[in-house]
Amino acid sequence: MNTTQDNSQAGLSFFETAPGKLLVSLGGLIATIVFLVWGFGFLRAAEVPLYVMTPFAILWGVGGIAMLYTFGNMFIEQMPQVITARVQPYLFVGPAVLILFWYLAFPTIRTLWISAFSNAGGPPAAVWASPAEGGGWDNFSKEFSENFVGLDNYAQIFSGENNNMRIAFRNNLYWILFGASSSVIMGLLIAVLADRSKFENVAKAIVFLPMAISFVGAGVIWNFIYEYRPSGESQIGLANAILTLFGAEPTTFAQNVGLPWGLNNIFLIIIVIWLQTGYAMVLFSSAIKGIPSELLEAARVDGANEVQIFFRIMIPVIWGTIITVTTTVVIFTLKVFDVVWVMTGGQFDTQVIGTQFYRESFTSGNSGTGSALAIILLLAVVPVMIYNLRDFSKRRTF
Amino acid sequence: MASVTYEHVKKSYGDVHVIKDLNFHVSDKEFLVLVGPSGCGKSTALRMLAGLEDITSGQIKIGDRVVNDVPPKDRDIAMVFQSYALYPHMSVYENMAFGLKLRKMSKTEIDQRVQKAAGLLGIGHLLDRKPKQLSGGQRQRVAVGRAIVRNPSVFLFDEPLSNLDAKLRVETRANITRLHQDLGTTFIYVTHDQVEAMTMATRIAVLKDGYLQQIDTPQTLYDHPANVFVAGFIGSPSMNFFEGKLVNKDGKLMVDLGVFQLEVPAGKKDMYGKHVGKDVVCGIRPEDINDPLYLPPAVADSRVQGKIEVTELMGNEIFLYLNSGGKQYVARVDPRTKAAVGMDKELSFNVDNMHLFDKVTEKRLE
Repeated sequence: MNTTQDNSQAGLSFFETAPGKLLVSLGGLIATIVFLVWGFGFLRAAEVPLYVMTPFAILWGVGGIAMLYTFGNMFIEQMPQVITARVQPYLFVGPAVLILFWYLAFPTIRTLWISAFSNAGGPPAAVWASPAEGGGWDNFSKEFSENFVGLDNYAQIFSGENNNMRIAFRNNLYWILFGASSSVIMGLLIAVLADRSKFENVAKAIVFLPMAISFVGAGVIWNFIYEYRPSGESQIGLANAILTLFGAEPTTFAQNVGLPWGLNNIFLIIIVIWLQTGYAMVLFSSAIKGIPSELLEAARVDGANEVQIFFRIMIPVIWGTIITVTTTVVIFTLKVFDVVWVMTGGQFDTQVIGTQFYRESFTSGNSGTGSALAIILLLAVVPVMIYNLRDFSKRRTF
Repeated sequence: MASVTYEHVKKSYGDVHVIKDLNFHVSDKEFLVLVGPSGCGKSTALRMLAGLEDITSGQIKIGDRVVNDVPPKDRDIAMVFQSYALYPHMSVYENMAFGLKLRKMSKTEIDQRVQKAAGLLGIGHLLDRKPKQLSGGQRQRVAVGRAIVRNPSVFLFDEPLSNLDAKLRVETRANITRLHQDLGTTFIYVTHDQVEAMTMATRIAVLKDGYLQQIDTPQTLYDHPANVFVAGFIGSPSMNFFEGKLVNKDGKLMVDLGVFQLEVPAGKKDMYGKHVGKDVVCGIRPEDINDPLYLPPAVADSRVQGKIEVTELMGNEIFLYLNSGGKQYVARVDPRTKAAVGMDKELSFNVDNMHLFDKVTEKRLE
């Protein structure tokens, strides 16, 4: 050992002691937070060209998070073992949870708040406006309207006076009853039957193909299929062409308000069944292939026929998948919007909660009612989601 | 209670012929073990009997009834699978009751049968559990229980012990033998393990490449293997094989193996005499090679010099891995032997128990 090396090591060694590391990590953490906050401000205010802005944003985002993790981890590792083990996981999921909160929870709360205002009374004055102009901190909480109405928007939606809303709810019910159940049942049937067919791959590909089409694209396609020309003219829509071929009168399908109980909705629901059956089928198919063949053979030897095997062995064994697929499809259909919007714009009594929300919020300038509808939709989805997740965690322990 | 008959049974998948002309008869109450290396068609043979595979040609009969086109549920059989194939969503009780419920049996009768079988197998305390809560051995017993509640005329077992650890396998082996004695039903059991076959079977059928090699009692199979394959397959460690020629030398009938000669004992001279000049495969089981100091009584002693390459002490015996002029073989000798690695040692071959096979056909010379 010579003395010069000793010297330099003495300089370094402070940072390798526990208090040294603690100091470095604390300093690093503070620097990181300052950097993140400053960077945010810079990005928001800066008027620099895009080619400067973009690299900086990447550096700020990726580098900042990396620094946060590095120094945070370093800091936590200086704590006693017990605390380190407890806290470390939260350090790593923490930023993601915070960002999720910002993007999901915060807007939800804001929507909930907005749903408590009516559009009457016009927008509130700015917080900083003079009291004479109606300004003041009171306005801070008033998002877009003067008029706080509490739960009136909800009451109005459910009052039954509003025929539009009643029809929207009924239609959503149709969507779940016919749309979700048909997708699931047909998906399951196709998966089971295809599994025994020589043409399994072709059949599955054909059923799965519509999954690749967007809802809007599907709407356009089906608009052509349902295309209506008055009787006597040549029909260019596939559906009416077939109808007239057999001598029936052409009809307007989804736009046919003459049908009882709003059954014209079925023609929209068919489109989503066409789109979603493939999704259900693929998941069911893989679940069915996951059933050990010996299990089915054991049942066969035990005396079960194929129908009994399906209901008493296959269905219970893939029950977890059935729940997951069903809840996912139910959530899809609850949120349905695009197909209805493209096909009918929510007219002809085909409106659903999704389209009503859009119409109220963005066409009628009725953000309060629109937000209330969004909240109702959310509340309807949540229980389905919880059931899905609970079943998921149950299956984990299987 | 029923016999089982295979008559010219064939099975092919396209051009792949898995079973080529299988013929045998299993009497009522017999415990037949189908044994052979993987891919020999033994599982396929069993699955055809169960009705889980079509029969390409030929006939399978249970009792006097041809069952080729009878669905599994109507064949009056029960099967225990290698993976046990317990229904994961049902409790042990429901697993066992499933087949009875499908047959619309009354609740009390089902309960009686399940309780009785559970008692027999010692799984009475597990009836409310789900299969995932059971150990491997317990699952295996439930699978057997599910088969016996049905009270079938033929039991089929498809390698039911291969998922168990060694100790449990030995225990379960004895339990299944006991079960066969208690139930007095026809058992047909598939395994690749010749020890299972030897210990459990009343008769063993050895299969290879889709052909039946030999079907006989374990003792006959061991003492009089029909061909080189059966001789090598049955017994552990395997029989030693030496290639050689039957020759007459100074009035003695000898098997000339190149590195050494073995004299054919007087009692077998007549039998082998007519094959003089033939190329043969000579088989000697490891236990028929002894340390001359510790000879079992009454052996036809023939001495051979060999170099010891490896020794394996088993406690009650020692395996010697030997080499005589480049030919390697195994001996199973008394543990008191002084033999050590590297030693050149004189060994005694018990030529009374020598097996001779035709080198070309690989069939036993008789």
